[in-house]
Amino acid sequence: MNVSIAINQVSKSFGKKVVLNQIDFTIEEGKIYGFIGPSGAGKTTLVKMIVGMNTPDTGTIHVLNEKMPNLGLLQEIGYMAQSDALYTELTGKENLKFFASLYKLNKTEMKERITYTANLVNLTNELNKRVSAYSGGMKRRLSLAIALIQNPKILILDEPTVGIDPELRLSIWKELLRLKNEEGKTIIVTTHVMDEAERCDFVAMVRDGVILTRGTPKELKAQYQVDNLEEVFLKAGRKDS
Amino acid sequence: MRTVALIKRICQEMLRDKRTLALLFIAPLIILTLMYFLFNGNTVDPKLGVVNVENNLEKILVEANIDLKHYEQADKETIVEKDLDGLLEVKDEKLVLTLENSDPSIAKVLQMKVNQSVSLQAQSKILNPNAAPVVIQKKEIDTQYVYGNSETAFFDVLSPVLVGFFVFFFVFLISGIGLLKERTTGTLERLMSTPIRRGEIVTAYLVGFGIFAVIQTVIIVIYSINVLDMVMVGSVWNVILINLLLALVALSLGTLLSTFAASEFQMVQFIPIAVIPQVFFAGIFPLEGLASWLQSIGKIMPIYYAADALKGVMYKGLGLKDISGDLFALVVFATVFIILNILALKKYRKL
Ligand SMILES: Nc1ncnc2c1ncn2[C@@H]1O[C@H](COP(=O)(O)OP(=O)(O)O)[C@@H](O)[C@H]1O
Ligand SMILES: [Mg+2]
Repeated sequence: MNVSIAINQVSKSFGKKVVLNQIDFTIEEGKIYGFIGPSGAGKTTLVKMIVGMNTPDTGTIHVLNEKMPNLGLLQEIGYMAQSDALYTELTGKENLKFFASLYKLNKTEMKERITYTANLVNLTNELNKRVSAYSGGMKRRLSLAIALIQNPKILILDEPTVGIDPELRLSIWKELLRLKNEEGKTIIVTTHVMDEAERCDFVAMVRDGVILTRGTPKELKAQYQVDNLEEVFLKAGRKDS
Repeated sequence: MRTVALIKRICQEMLRDKRTLALLFIAPLIILTLMYFLFNGNTVDPKLGVVNVENNLEKILVEANIDLKHYEQADKETIVEKDLDGLLEVKDEKLVLTLENSDPSIAKVLQMKVNQSVSLQAQSKILNPNAAPVVIQKKEIDTQYVYGNSETAFFDVLSPVLVGFFVFFFVFLISGIGLLKERTTGTLERLMSTPIRRGEIVTAYLVGFGIFAVIQTVIIVIYSINVLDMVMVGSVWNVILINLLLALVALSLGTLLSTFAASEFQMVQFIPIAVIPQVFFAGIFPLEGLASWLQSIGKIMPIYYAADALKGVMYKGLGLKDISGDLFALVVFATVFIILNILALKKYRKL
């Protein structure tokens, strides 16, 4: 198996607060990884570092064998931020077009990707509306489409399904699984919803800047002798403290 | 390519935002027009009450464009009641002038006119001791002006400064708030997860808002010269060049200061700090009398140089060579601010 992302002894503090404490983690190509943990655990800080928007105080992060931050690699990383960062004066299509033109894509590719991603998130019919008229869920979906726009090898999605209705959430997960299986994409998802964690190939439970426990959902449940991940999280947390 | 995409997006957003467009293009014209009428208003003849004043002095006073009101008796209260600007009376063979003086500039004019009239009358008495009142031949003094002419109003001297100030103010505000919006909505951070370079972002902002600044500058200059009839001795192109450089400074300063603002309101708070003091040093008020340390404060303010150059071109008709020092100063300001902008974006991404 090829290593896609290698996180090595990464620590980060904001002021005196230690947000990440000596994180070690290896992410293999073509799998879905879930970072699960309560709000404030440090998930967003960690994924931002993988994208290179933040630099670790100590430790290193390598993506596709190159040290981050690295501008060239951003072509291969699709990022969906936790809060929607969209141009609300523009239409959905204009947003997609703008972000697409920041990547190396030719005209036909650009058109194809816009059509494909819009269709994927069920926004084809709303593309010509201004984003200011979108609902919260629609904005979330547009953000996801933007993360996919350049057809990146690695997808980093920070709480992608917040505010999205169950039906669409299901179809998004279906699509993520398809992207993984058919296109061999590496996907990292952060979430605090445990049932989403079940769908990941590998989960890491994060709290207070440390990884409490890690493994496939099956392994974890066996290890802690419980039948859902929520209890794993609670038990792992208790053992740790 | 990425820069072009960003410029295109900035323009799209601007064109959708009708209010901001109006603020940029129409507000300066309205304010300039108002200023024009305020400063070019016709002066009203001062009203002077007279008691027991000799006839021939009265005549001279009327000739000096003073509106005379006759009273048998009058005192300070009369001045207030009748809304006079002053009162001239003969008391014990002496002329006494009482000035209302709520507006010192009117009082000064009136005092000067009365003094002149009295000395004129005295002259005529010496020339013609016994003669009945004569028509005094006013000696025409042939006055010449280095700059402007006898029609020059305060507005003409002020207007070059105003043109520069409005270009600076509106470009500063709108570019600052533009980039701030990008920060507060998170899109700037989002941009940093794409392969765009910090320099490309700054360039795009300068060009994107620059396009609107150019249009605004041209509109203001053309309007001032053609509609408001501002004095314009030098070349229009030089005026536009100065304003474009000033707009560039405003643009880069606005985006830079937006780094330190967390909201639109905080951006507005920079106006009294970063914009208003510059007005004081722009040449609306004479600086010669100021302490030298105060004068040197002016030298760190972009508008000081722009106003100097604009006055030079519009009012004195100076050429490009004469204002090159000012232009150079503006280029230095812009360069420094642009570099600081690129550095400030490091907050979002080291590369
Ligand atoms: N830029 C920042 N400055 C200061 N503190 C921050 C900053 N970003 C995150 N934090 C702090 O780091 C901690 C982890 O935040 P975050 O990574 O967003 O957690 P999560 O995404 O798991 O909810 C929080 O306590 C948060 O307050
Ligand atoms: Mg988060």
